[in-house]
Amino acid sequence: MALLQISEPGGAPDPHQRRIAVGIDLGTTHSLVAAVRNGVAECLPDESGRVILPSAVRYLPDGRRTIGFDALAEVAIDPVNTIVSVKRFMGRGLADIGERATLPYDFVEGEGMLQLQTVGGAKSPVEVSADILATLRFRAEDTFDDELFGAVITVPAYFDEAQRQATKAAAQLAGINVLRLISEPTAAAIAYGLENGSEGLYAVYDLGGGTFDISLLRLTQGVFEVVATGGDSALGGDDLDAALAEWALVQVSLSAESAQDKRAVLVAARAAKEKLSGADHATLACPLSGGELSVKVHREQLVACAKPLVERTLAAVRKVLRDAKVDRSEVNGVVMVGGSTRMPMVQAAVAEYFGKVPLTNLNPDEVVALGAAIQAHALAGNAGADELLLLDVIPLSLGLETMGELVERIIPRNSTIPTARAQEFTTFKDGQTAMSIHVLQGEREVVKDCRSLARFELRGIPPMVAGAAKVRVSFAVDADGLLSVSAREQVSGVEASISVKPSFGLSDEQIAKMLTDSFNTAEQDMSERGLRESKVEAERMLLATRSALAADGDLLSEADRESIEALLAALDLGREGSDRHAIDAAVEALANGTEAFAAERMNRGIRQALAGRRVEEV
Amino acid sequence: MRGVVPRLKSPGRAGAIAGPPPNSRAMKLDSDDFELFGLPRRFELDRGELDSIWRALQAQVHPDRFASEGAAGQRIAMQWAVRVNEAYRRLKDEVQRAAYLCELQDCPIQAEDNTTMPPAFLHQQMEWREALDEADSGAQVEAIARQVAAHRGAALEQLRTTLDVAHDFAAAAQQVRALMFVERFAQQVDQQLEALEP
Repeated sequence: MALLQISEPGGAPDPHQRRIAVGIDLGTTHSLVAAVRNGVAECLPDESGRVILPSAVRYLPDGRRTIGFDALAEVAIDPVNTIVSVKRFMGRGLADIGERATLPYDFVEGEGMLQLQTVGGAKSPVEVSADILATLRFRAEDTFDDELFGAVITVPAYFDEAQRQATKAAAQLAGINVLRLISEPTAAAIAYGLENGSEGLYAVYDLGGGTFDISLLRLTQGVFEVVATGGDSALGGDDLDAALAEWALVQVSLSAESAQDKRAVLVAARAAKEKLSGADHATLACPLSGGELSVKVHREQLVACAKPLVERTLAAVRKVLRDAKVDRSEVNGVVMVGGSTRMPMVQAAVAEYFGKVPLTNLNPDEVVALGAAIQAHALAGNAGADELLLLDVIPLSLGLETMGELVERIIPRNSTIPTARAQEFTTFKDGQTAMSIHVLQGEREVVKDCRSLARFELRGIPPMVAGAAKVRVSFAVDADGLLSVSAREQVSGVEASISVKPSFGLSDEQIAKMLTDSFNTAEQDMSERGLRESKVEAERMLLATRSALAADGDLLSEADRESIEALLAALDLGREGSDRHAIDAAVEALANGTEAFAAERMNRGIRQALAGRRVEEV
Repeated sequence: MRGVVPRLKSPGRAGAIAGPPPNSRAMKLDSDDFELFGLPRRFELDRGELDSIWRALQAQVHPDRFASEGAAGQRIAMQWAVRVNEAYRRLKDEVQRAAYLCELQDCPIQAEDNTTMPPAFLHQQMEWREALDEADSGAQVEAIARQVAAHRGAALEQLRTTLDVAHDFAAAAQQVRALMFVERFAQQVDQQLEALEP
């Protein structure tokens, strides 16, 4: 059958040179590998015929390990050494993992990222992920009896720099050549786009166990353009299980206190939920330490529990439509991804909102890996490379810290990548010879609310008056969404640059919170920004006036000088407060009070300039 | 290596610029945005055509087209893809496109140095701002948003005449500066709408 490849347009002429490229969905709970075979993308099964590989690794003494179903079966007997859901730790520091106390792992701080202490030694999340990826690599190589040329690996649309870097590092550790990291919803659309021959604007609604992603993509003549992406990284089917469990306990006045009881109710709730996708009622039942729980659940009850969750997903959908400046009626189709989209009421709510029935004909668990496989096949130059092009965007804005701990946005979110942008900055003080460049990611206006990605310093700027230096800071984001930043002082030519490899990234919860906050507190942000701007202006004014006094104070009478000094003192005192209007008023008073002095200085400056010119002309 | 330099299909429109048709020469990274996209240097522009040229260009220069061709090919492709995205971003935004046209004609916008506006315009801005401060329902804010959008549409039409008919770039620069105020206000209206969203 492999001979068929010869006739594919753009394919390698020699069948022995055909490159084996796969798509890998490296998921939180499970992972899959898929490849295009005979022109069709399909998930590759293990020797037992299972396509899903649970994302679980158990470490044993003497360097041995079990991976996948075998490891998952052992999680209860050896929780400390059996790592599950490691994706949540990718690119994270210890401080980022808030629920550390509730997890059975022995966390240690590692270099740039946390590590997990096991009987097999300390393991970083990158190593654990690499073990999962290597298993999938071997599965693919066994399937094709050939070496792997490369892989496309999917990441959540919200993955930031640190998480993308960590994912890439894990693949390299597993001996996999990464052709490209692509976002999960994009991969899903690729799978649907090609199979259904669709054109137009598509929404990808991805509701998993713990996260919700929404992306808008435009498909035109084989070009996949991500128009906008958004979501809520702390919202998923697990929340519905919790809501249903809570409701059931209230019905029979029971409570689940111990960890085992909590787990048991959640498992029972999940089973009832899944049953209700097909049946009208189910029984939510499990033994608890306080007695037997058995509650009959009608589908309507599940719908009631799911309503607020579905409403939250639709709020995120509205936000993305606004970002993209499109109306919901312009969306040609909706692609459903993630196990939670199997629920009829989710499908019904999405259908009602968009006014069309969502696409559900591909398996929602497999669709991401399938799309990644199609993209990998194209990138490896096998076939279809001329028909398929993916134009992706960055999920979060990138910017710099400026005076007053404000964030100057350089590349706004949803910019198509690769992209590069430059902006000029200047010095704040006379004679300033160094500039600290602080790179940030996020949507908020103030530094403390954004994620710090990297810092570096530009040194050796020749001493100049404040505002004379021209420092051009350039941001470049490559096609994988990875950032590098450089700074150059234009007059002297001094340069500094950094590839952003942050020691830790944003937690999903933090991203969700940052995004939510930036929407809900836009007004508060603006007033906070206003106060900071006033403070910066006050400081600028103080510095400028003092240096003017030092240079040209001889122009002033004793009385005039005293009155300016008084205004300076008033402003110096006032700028410590939090009343923006008082600061503005003090700045205004100083500006008015120094007007005549400024005119005198201007005259002196013009005289000197003219004098200088005459000298030159002679 | 396949051709990194994109060669464009002629857009087939009555050219407003003199010179050889776009497909007869190789593009350079420092070609202006209009040259790069093979579009006449004017304000009026068919968004659908711009989008399809952008996709055609990206299909030629995107690093994915050179995924298996090593670091040097990737670097060059990256430079081109970045340049094409930069031009696209500028051309698709009416105000940025107008500002760019003014700059190409040596009439820079200098939005930061030149904030003098006609009193009538400033008066209107103040009225809008007051209305926005007082608005406390989504419907009221949406009404302001509609007003601003209508004003913006009219201003863009006027700008088109100034640029494409009168070729008065100094006057256009002034209109662009005014539109920048309008856009900033429109952003605040959007933020307010988002804040009111449940």
